[in-house]
Amino acid sequence: MPDALLSVHDLACARGERLLFKGMNFGLGKGELLLVQGGNGQGKTSLLRLLTGLARPEEGEVRWRGESIRRVGEAYHGEMCYLGHANGVKDDLNPVENLRFADGMHGRAFDQTRAVATLERLGLSRCLDLPCRVLSFGQRRRVALAALLLAGATLWILDEPLTGLDVHAVVLMEGLIRNHLTAGGMVVATTHQALNLDGVAVQRLLVGNVAIPALM
Amino acid sequence: MHRFLLAVLRRDLTLAARRRGDWLIAQFFFVMVASLFPLGVGPEPEMLARIGPGVLWVAATLASLLSLTRLFADDHHDGSLEHMVLSPEPTVLLVLGKSIAHWLIYGVPLLLIAPVLGIQFHLSWEAIMVLELSLLLGTPILSLLGSVGAALTLGLRGGGVLLTLLILPLYIPALIFGAGAVDGVMAGTGAEAHLSLLGAFMVLSLMIAPWIAAAALRVSLE
Amino acid sequence: MNLYTYASPANFYVLAGKLIPWFSWGAGLLAVWGLYISFFLAPTDFQQSEAYRIIFIHVPAAWMSMFIYLVMAFWGAIGLAFNTRLSFMMARALAPTGALFTFIALWTGALWGKPMWGAWWVWDARLTSELILLFLYVGIIALWAAIDDVRRGDRAGSLLTLIGAINVPIIYFSVKWWNTLHQGSSINLMKAPSMAAIMLQGMLVMAIAAWFYTIAVALVRVRRIILERERQTDWAKAILENE
Repeated sequence: MPDALLSVHDLACARGERLLFKGMNFGLGKGELLLVQGGNGQGKTSLLRLLTGLARPEEGEVRWRGESIRRVGEAYHGEMCYLGHANGVKDDLNPVENLRFADGMHGRAFDQTRAVATLERLGLSRCLDLPCRVLSFGQRRRVALAALLLAGATLWILDEPLTGLDVHAVVLMEGLIRNHLTAGGMVVATTHQALNLDGVAVQRLLVGNVAIPALM
Repeated sequence: MHRFLLAVLRRDLTLAARRRGDWLIAQFFFVMVASLFPLGVGPEPEMLARIGPGVLWVAATLASLLSLTRLFADDHHDGSLEHMVLSPEPTVLLVLGKSIAHWLIYGVPLLLIAPVLGIQFHLSWEAIMVLELSLLLGTPILSLLGSVGAALTLGLRGGGVLLTLLILPLYIPALIFGAGAVDGVMAGTGAEAHLSLLGAFMVLSLMIAPWIAAAALRVSLE
Repeated sequence: MNLYTYASPANFYVLAGKLIPWFSWGAGLLAVWGLYISFFLAPTDFQQSEAYRIIFIHVPAAWMSMFIYLVMAFWGAIGLAFNTRLSFMMARALAPTGALFTFIALWTGALWGKPMWGAWWVWDARLTSELILLFLYVGIIALWAAIDDVRRGDRAGSLLTLIGAINVPIIYFSVKWWNTLHQGSSINLMKAPSMAAIMLQGMLVMAIAAWFYTIAVALVRVRRIILERERQTDWAKAILENE
């Protein structure tokens, strides 16, 4: 893995006293997608949280551009965007305001026209003025996806990105991932659903010891 | 760096403006706790003036605790806390920004209400002025130290009660110096010493509490 | 002997097992000696008669309560800085004993206060600080109890101990100052101007006994914690099956 930007070395992860996995090694380079697979409770989300730096590994380390993410910390966070189970969308704000504050948190200047264009592209043109409280789960998920797109990060770490999305949105999401990868981006994702990604280099990683049937 | 701080401030202030109900509850709590004391100890003006500074200070600490439980909890619940911790800026600044926002939202209104309660307690104008000064220096301590407790108890069952148990002992110096300043001016011994010590404690909290709270926040998010 | 060897829980478990009898016997013998000095050798105080003898328990307990808190903060800081599991276990093992000594100090302080000051409780600076110290101990133990995840609990407890350790001196001085403002200096715990040498000796012996007791109890507790946390490992399983 000479040109891997993100690499994982002898990683071990425990939840409580249960060891979820150990001795995990992999590398991910530009334009590559890593699909993390495994049954419930096998440590997919735990692995993703280790990759973001939110959680601390039991052993081993995660490296970004060859350096431990513990050391580079904030520089790594500038190039990484994480979308977890919770959307990180504030119910009291409308979608545009949500994006404004997301930009503020990442120290970027807010570009209103671009934000509105992204929201419209994700099919939220009629919800721009509504507080997110009244949006459906899938719509809030789309707001979170808009924030992901605007973040302009190299590495996307997505935990079940398709949950709550309808058929159209799934197709849209596949397109977004494909574009991101062709533009030299990287994606680490967990998903239970099949992803239709032609012409994309997909690495698969099975977490835990329960064999699951091939999804696609 | 200061842009990030401003962004955190603006965000929390906007969110508080959208949820004015929570804000009003905290202010009414302060008024109510303070108003219970005359009913409990009797209406003699000398007695009320004697206990007034202490009562108002205790009520202020309790009112700040009431709102501190939610300092990180709401953002934790909808996932935005993780996003903020994963931002390219240090977590210390995030905690500092949220503490300052908490002070602006819940601390500053206490400054505005306290004179009215001071009159209820028959405090002299001079005493009320010093009370205001002591609250101005002291309420930031409540928000700063409180952020440590809020970070430590994030997402725990019964976190609110636990927060009270953890943080109230740490508030004691602020209570002593703050109420002491008003007592001092009423007894004619002057308030300067109390106020300078209170200021020193505030500066110390400002320098130490955000670091410990940031570490606690990362521990709680693991 | 390589100190680092004993940083591993498995080795420390064995070492602790060997040390416990020594410290237990030491604590017992020293306590007997100390109590003998306190009750038979130390002269009767002409002001306070026999009641003063309670300070032979009160003062060492108060010393230990503060000292144990500092040791906990030390272990917590080491654990946070170097990520050593054993340090966190030591901090956890010490806390109940620290709280116990704080409670004893408060209790004996009240018992001593009745004949001396005519009141079970006075808001003396030392007693008040002891009370706040008890609150801090209770807070830390409650925080540990509330957090199910061991790693999070260890770190959170250590951070709380640390901020408490920074705050304890400030609390002490603020309470002391508050006390002098409100009561004058009419009450002073340490007013015996020239303490007889034999009294000091008694107190020191009792303090060392308390220290030995603390170490012995902490080691027993830390062994239990090690076994509980390492019960998945082979060596711990072997021990658990043999016992």
